[in-house]
Amino acid sequence: MSRDVVILGVGMHPWGKWGRNFVEYGVKAARDALKDAGVAWRDVGFVSGAATMRCGYPGYVAGATFAQALGWQGAEVNTSYAACASGSQALAAARAKIQSGACDVALVVGADTTPKGFLAPQKGERPDDPDWVRFRLGITNPTYFALYARRRMEMFGDTQDDFALVKVKNAKHGFVNPNARYKKCFTAEDVAASAMVADPLRLMDICATSDGGAAVVIASETYARKLGVRNAVKIAAISTVTPTYASAVIEMPDLATDSGAVVEAHSFRAALPIKAYEEAGLGPKDISVAEVYDLSTALELDWMEDLQLCERGQAAQLVRDGVTTVGGRLPINPSGGLACFGEAVPAQALAQVCELTWQLRGQSGERQVANAKVGITANQGLFGHGSSVILKR
Amino acid sequence: MSTNENGEQKPRVPVLEGWFTHTDDKPHLLGTQCKGCGTYYFPKQTSYCKNPACDSEHFEVVELSRTGKVWSFTNACYQPPEPFVSPDPFVPYTIAAVELEKEKMIVLGQVISGVDVSDLKAGMEMELVLDTLFEDASSQKITWKWQPVANAQNSKGAKP
Repeated sequence: MSRDVVILGVGMHPWGKWGRNFVEYGVKAARDALKDAGVAWRDVGFVSGAATMRCGYPGYVAGATFAQALGWQGAEVNTSYAACASGSQALAAARAKIQSGACDVALVVGADTTPKGFLAPQKGERPDDPDWVRFRLGITNPTYFALYARRRMEMFGDTQDDFALVKVKNAKHGFVNPNARYKKCFTAEDVAASAMVADPLRLMDICATSDGGAAVVIASETYARKLGVRNAVKIAAISTVTPTYASAVIEMPDLATDSGAVVEAHSFRAALPIKAYEEAGLGPKDISVAEVYDLSTALELDWMEDLQLCERGQAAQLVRDGVTTVGGRLPINPSGGLACFGEAVPAQALAQVCELTWQLRGQSGERQVANAKVGITANQGLFGHGSSVILKR
Repeated sequence: MSTNENGEQKPRVPVLEGWFTHTDDKPHLLGTQCKGCGTYYFPKQTSYCKNPACDSEHFEVVELSRTGKVWSFTNACYQPPEPFVSPDPFVPYTIAAVELEKEKMIVLGQVISGVDVSDLKAGMEMELVLDTLFEDASSQKITWKWQPVANAQNSKGAKP
């Protein structure tokens, strides 16, 4: 029996700062995904929600919240929270349910409504919580992105102009994506003129926080065949592997790395795709398009190298050569990435899957990557865990 | 102002109790070392070792190296949210990630005022000093900061 799990349908609510209830975005995305799949809501056996921590109790039990909002029909539910990797973990839970034979078709949904400004820790005096401590000492999220960016400059000779090129490239992609929040073809001059946030990163190098929703309907291949669907996009791999002690890179929200004094130190971002490639039976050379977590412009370059799409230190050259622009050999973030979307935490990893599905089906319009066959996603949660998904045609 | 309403010097109080020594002019971060495998922890780990190859539950508190080399650096141009306490108006500060050689560990911290991003390079030698993080009505809250060793030689460093 085939254990293959396929994507039957995808849907999104456009990203923005709409200020409405997150459930509304999730329901819109879910209904679009069901319609795209040609699956009736009552036939869904499992609802896997990606949780949000910012929208009160309904956000903590996102799976049940979306199932109720769509109209109770008896499906089983699950809720996953893994910060920015929540969507992939929700997807992994749904895939496992299908692979076990416990259900045929599942709906995965993530949506968020975000406050303005810096993401802040919970209130109170809580010195046991590393997240609280680092904010107390003045270490914000952009601090970490900036440390990685500066490290690239020091090690590989990357420049702020290189980082700006990433933004310009992603802005160009997002300009033709109806679901993107920022649809403007920013120039390198626009980036250079934006305010410095954490040197070397300017406001336009760092992603914003947004409202948005994304949903995916997945099914066993057998179920897809029964529906008469052939050549559906397959989930070739989902990697949610944790790092191996000792972690070599300083990760949000920690104040120090593990000690590499007695065991070799590793980078988690590099470990994540290895498992994904292994599971998919594919390698970096097979990748035709990637959606990576560009929390900052410079981080997109780190991910390209961690996904082994180029040698360490070579990513900026690929951007300069136009390789990563749609039309180039290996487009990165054809959706426009977080640069154009802003982060809607529980929806973002699913939005990456939506984009790759459209790309592999050839439905991406002006931002279509020619002959896209295999796509990979990468994102990260807190403490250096994350996820990577490979889809293939 | 580092004096209280009666004109007395405000006491200097560690912002985090037990995270660093503060009794002399050579402060150290306080970490732990596993008695089983020898790995280091900062902040202190005291319940069980996180090295998956080690079952130890025994640790000793150790002073970490007070010098290291810059791994990377940045600054904060915008005021962080609470629980950060900012002077009014906010004053930007530099931040460094410093690699301790013996512990093979990178530790974050603010850099003393007067040192900008343009003064730093990867590999530069830094040392740990204590400096004020913020003041409230009754005390000065002190924390660890990094200072280029070259600065210390020019005696620009923060006083203990």
